[in-house]
Amino acid sequence: MSSLQAPVLEVEDLAVRFTRRGEQSTRAVDGVSFSVAPGETIGLVGESGCGKSVTSLAIMGLLPRRGVEVTGSVRFDGNDLVGAPDHVLRGLRGADMGMVFQDPLSSLNPTVPIGTQVTEVLLEHREMSKAEARDEAVRLLDRVGIPDPSRRLKEYPHQLSGGMRQRALIAMALACAPRLLIADEPTTALDVTIQAQILELLRELVVDSGTALVMITHDLGVVAGLCDRVHVMYAGKIIETADRRDLFARPRQPYTGGLLSSVPRLDSARGAPLTPIRGSARDAIPWSEGCAFAPRCDNAQDDCLTEVSGSTVPLVPDGPGRELRCRHPLEHPSAPSGATASGAAR
Amino acid sequence: MLRFIVRRLLQLIPILLGLSVLLFAWLRALPGGPAQAALGERATPEAIAQYNELFGLDEPLYVQYFRFLGRAVQLDFGSSTQYGRPVSEVFLERFPGTIELTLFAMLFAIGVGIPLGYLAARRYGSFLDSASVVGSLIGVAIPVFFLAYLLRLLFAVELGWLPGSGRQDVRIDATRITNFYVLDGLLTREWDAAWDAVLHLVLPAIALGTIPLAIIVRITRASVLDVVNEDYVRTANAKGLAMATVRRRHIIRNALLPVSTTIGLQTGLLLSGAVLTETVFAFGGVGSTLYDAIRFRDFAVLQGFILMLAVVYVLVNLLVDISYGLLDPRVRVR
Repeated sequence: MSSLQAPVLEVEDLAVRFTRRGEQSTRAVDGVSFSVAPGETIGLVGESGCGKSVTSLAIMGLLPRRGVEVTGSVRFDGNDLVGAPDHVLRGLRGADMGMVFQDPLSSLNPTVPIGTQVTEVLLEHREMSKAEARDEAVRLLDRVGIPDPSRRLKEYPHQLSGGMRQRALIAMALACAPRLLIADEPTTALDVTIQAQILELLRELVVDSGTALVMITHDLGVVAGLCDRVHVMYAGKIIETADRRDLFARPRQPYTGGLLSSVPRLDSARGAPLTPIRGSARDAIPWSEGCAFAPRCDNAQDDCLTEVSGSTVPLVPDGPGRELRCRHPLEHPSAPSGATASGAAR
Repeated sequence: MLRFIVRRLLQLIPILLGLSVLLFAWLRALPGGPAQAALGERATPEAIAQYNELFGLDEPLYVQYFRFLGRAVQLDFGSSTQYGRPVSEVFLERFPGTIELTLFAMLFAIGVGIPLGYLAARRYGSFLDSASVVGSLIGVAIPVFFLAYLLRLLFAVELGWLPGSGRQDVRIDATRITNFYVLDGLLTREWDAAWDAVLHLVLPAIALGTIPLAIIVRITRASVLDVVNEDYVRTANAKGLAMATVRRRHIIRNALLPVSTTIGLQTGLLLSGAVLTETVFAFGGVGSTLYDAIRFRDFAVLQGFILMLAVVYVLVNLLVDISYGLLDPRVRVR
């Protein structure tokens, strides 16, 4: 559901290269473009190591400066953040863009009370007295569903349960009502029941406050429950983009198809085998040599390799609202006619 | 908290009992026994028998041990053969010197070590970083007595900038209250005496503080390097906090936890007597007193000092554990 409002965040041709002295540089993220509008939730989906977390850190400007080269543009409200000075980024982070991380225990400072970790954001970005910040922190913890918030303020991270910690982290990210929230696998370290609560909380926030949400996950269940649009990443590149319903109904990239069929389903026949994707993300070949997924792909043919086709696999439009990077996509009987392999018929 | 402290204090009892048995056995195990040790190799059998009778050494061992223990509990360790005064009196006179020396040495080690280690970590891979790593290696490796002699030779003997021996200039007639010379000077408003005592502490404190300094530099550096890569530092940056806040509240606070343990342990070690440094600088603390006691076979002093230093060591460690709980809420004791 693309919103009519102007996007909060526009990422264009973002690339991140890690360089080390004496070693060949590695491209963790390459040519990634997407945008997210107020009240919209997009998903960046992929296996670990596909570059989705690096993408989020690059947007926030949280990658180390040494040994990392970020190119392309990250426009927040129209202002490019790539290469922006540190004080500009610090002014935006926490105030206009918040981030929730994967492991809530290690993401909280063990020696500082929860309350201080919430109020410090407010005191940094808002004109508030300590007492006001404290009252606001109580409201925030209450809003994210932490019972007895004024008592919890004085407690330390290790005294809270996993779900509580993640709620506290969300409260910190939301303290200044940011217009963009990036959640990097926020439920991975949590129990299933807690996962559902946290996702519901995030959904409410998007609906209530019109925050733009970038959800980074490997979990298609999270995508199904939360995201409007989905970008599937593989080996640092986006390989398929679609609205959530289209993606689940008609995955086109064989990798996306593989992800969907490797999820256990309650409605499938008992004993029906799961169909995992062969190999692991480590089998990827560099994009310059061909489709990175080709070594694991059942549809792969000779022209998936650059050597044969003469060009790298491009990301091309693939029907309304869809983009695809594949020469031999999955065909669905109901797929719109004309959406051919290259999508060139459009 | 109180229960924790009481429990730790009770743990002192078995430690001290064990130590007293060891000390007692050691003295009896000396060739020819304490009498021979005290009177020398050429003592006549009559003299030895007389000595044994005088000090009750002819009685059964267990009787002797319990008598020793009973007196030790009342801090009565007998009289020093060197000074002709009760051991506990000598201890109260000498121990303040060692405390002052330890404090100054640790002030030097902490004051230089933590900033240096922190800067080295922040400029990881720079010249300052490499220099601090190499320097701290040298600091650990250099023998203390060598460094002490070197400092004394250069700054006291050759340049004459600082006093090179003793705790106070003999020409200053200072009033003694606590035997902490600096403190006495301040209490009695004898400023010249206080300042003179401070000057006397500088060289020994540097010599003694070098090893703790080197250790503190290395641990601070390693710890800061660890902490800057922690997820919670990333969170702090994601919150857009000012760099100063990130450093103070999120990096330094956590990085100092392992450093504080080291500081505690090193303080405990220094308090139990810096024999080499105190001897080189003729500094009247427990270290040089122990050295003299060994040289002049002053067994009463040895026994008494070792037992009391053991108590001090355990108490310092207790303080370290308590302070660790204050710094790190995760190990806070109830």
